[in-house]
Amino acid sequence: MSERPSTFSLLLSQTKYQNKIFFRNPIAAFFTLFFPLMIFLVFSLVFGNEEIPYLGVTTAQYYAPAMAVFAAVSATYTNLAVATAYQRDQGILKRIRGTPLPPAVYMGGKIVSAIMIATMSVLIMMTIGVVFYGVQIFAATLLSAVVTFVIGVASFAALGLLIAAVVSSGEAATAVTNATLLPLAFFSGVFIPPTEAMPAWLDAVANFFPLKHFAEPFVAAFNPLTVGAGWDWASLGYMTFWGVIAGALAIRFFKWESPVGRGGRSKRRKKGAAVA
Amino acid sequence: MCWNSGMSVIEVQDLVKHYGEIEAVAGVDLSIDAGEVFALLGPNGAGKTTIVEILEGHRTKTSGSVSVLGCDPAKAGRAYRERIGIVLQATAVEEQLTVEEAIDLYGSLYPKQRKTGELIELVGLEEKTHSRIKALSGGQRRRLEFALGIVGDPEVIFLDEPTTGFDPSARRQAWSIVENLTALGKTVLLTTHYMDEAQRLADRVAVIVKGKIVAEGTPETLGGRESATALITFEANGRSIEELPLSAGVATLSENGRVTVRSMDPTRDLHQITGWAIERGVELSGLTVTRPSLEDIYLELTGGTGGV
Ligand SMILES: Nc1ncnc2c1ncn2[C@@H]1O[C@H](COP(=O)(O)OP(=O)(O)OP(=O)(O)O)[C@@H](O)[C@H]1O
Ligand SMILES: [Mg+2]
Repeated sequence: MSERPSTFSLLLSQTKYQNKIFFRNPIAAFFTLFFPLMIFLVFSLVFGNEEIPYLGVTTAQYYAPAMAVFAAVSATYTNLAVATAYQRDQGILKRIRGTPLPPAVYMGGKIVSAIMIATMSVLIMMTIGVVFYGVQIFAATLLSAVVTFVIGVASFAALGLLIAAVVSSGEAATAVTNATLLPLAFFSGVFIPPTEAMPAWLDAVANFFPLKHFAEPFVAAFNPLTVGAGWDWASLGYMTFWGVIAGALAIRFFKWESPVGRGGRSKRRKKGAAVA
Repeated sequence: MCWNSGMSVIEVQDLVKHYGEIEAVAGVDLSIDAGEVFALLGPNGAGKTTIVEILEGHRTKTSGSVSVLGCDPAKAGRAYRERIGIVLQATAVEEQLTVEEAIDLYGSLYPKQRKTGELIELVGLEEKTHSRIKALSGGQRRRLEFALGIVGDPEVIFLDEPTTGFDPSARRQAWSIVENLTALGKTVLLTTHYMDEAQRLADRVAVIVKGKIVAEGTPETLGGRESATALITFEANGRSIEELPLSAGVATLSENGRVTVRSMDPTRDLHQITGWAIERGVELSGLTVTRPSLEDIYLELTGGTGGV
């Protein structure tokens, strides 16, 4: 009866509860799970499932993993930042802070939940690709795909929490995540396959940010022309670097209460769209 | 960061809090014993929430010393939060959860937890057990927050305007919950703008104006209430108040035709007034004698102002 709940059981219940509120928030669920899938279906429809000439793979073989990365990043980076910032606006974080729940466990629950949602959206995407568009999965590169995914979502979860830590409101979090993710997705090989025509400076920008280092090895793992097991240690290391720095800064700057003061009712607003 | 001590449950000395230029709390001392219900009264912006949130560990003090259950709330962690319960003035709960889920979830964070069903009944939300919080009215949300504040069976409970937005019957229900808590030996620090609430619940009250305590005492004795002027009122029925024989009081005639006598010596004045009336065969219809209410005293102490 007066036994302190174990960290594991707390983490488990926090994860379940974060999952629950995610799935009960139709807008976030739509943008995370269905929006990337829609883009994938539209691209496959528009371009036909032909071979992309300069890549030597079919449209679906390229876009299924590429949009899976987009979905995974939406589930971690965008969702964590937006949901957490709105929860702070509403005073929910402050309420949590007043309970004995260790802050690290609360954040852990959020991160695990985000990674579970990312996993789910990737599985849905790849399954539809395989079943309806003949997307191939290769045993030789599967492990590197999984490791790339794990490092990618962990790093983007840390980045999402960093955005949540530094913005002043849920609206700001929505704006910042969209303004960063969407343009980057265009020239990091997510929405458009990398081409020779891309100016060098833009390529340098893409190389600086972590998205390309997630998308490139993950997409390569599903490319039949990839030789070997597909390990891209440089990209993995670079993503880890971003993740660790972001995580440390997030811990350093995280605020549990809205800077305007009271995080109260007057600030209660609708949960925002994940990508809008 | 807790040490055991024989001191009061809540001990505050010379507490000061600045927000930039604003001095929200300007040297407050409080000493609240185990099992006491203590109410902080004061106009909007007086500093009540600031004091309470410093004690909860939500805000940091500028100077002074603060201890709750022998802990410094600013440094105390999990062990401290297992022993306190908080109802914040302005806050929210995840709207996607149901009432039952929210109470279960928050209850699961504490070593001791009160039964969800009992709590729901206690705050009168039985019919909303499975409703999403999104669909609750303002007062119902407040009741839920009340339940969440005590779900961990705390020893010390902070209630910042807990019944604001309650309908009269919900307020009475909340009062009996607080009385219930004190019967269990809990210590309660509450803020309120309702004088009847303070009168009913508090063992002691303090009135705060601009960050300073201007009066402190039991609801009965606050601001010399027990010895204060009494009010004698009756219908004028067209008579002039000049006729009244008064030794200690001051009579005024209000627009609605009632005479009000403020008396320092009500026994003597009442005797003279009734004697005078009997002599003339006059009926003093609607005769009442009252002591100033807690609200009258409060308004006097706070200068009847709306705030800062
Ligand atoms: N986070 C903050 N930043 C700056 N000023 C603040 C902050 N919180 C409160 N104040 C100011 O400090 C003063 C005291 O505020 P506080 O909320 O403690 O008052 P209160 O007595 O609880 O009022 P109310 O009855 O309206 O709830 C006010 O002048 C308020 O504007
Ligand atoms: Mg207040």
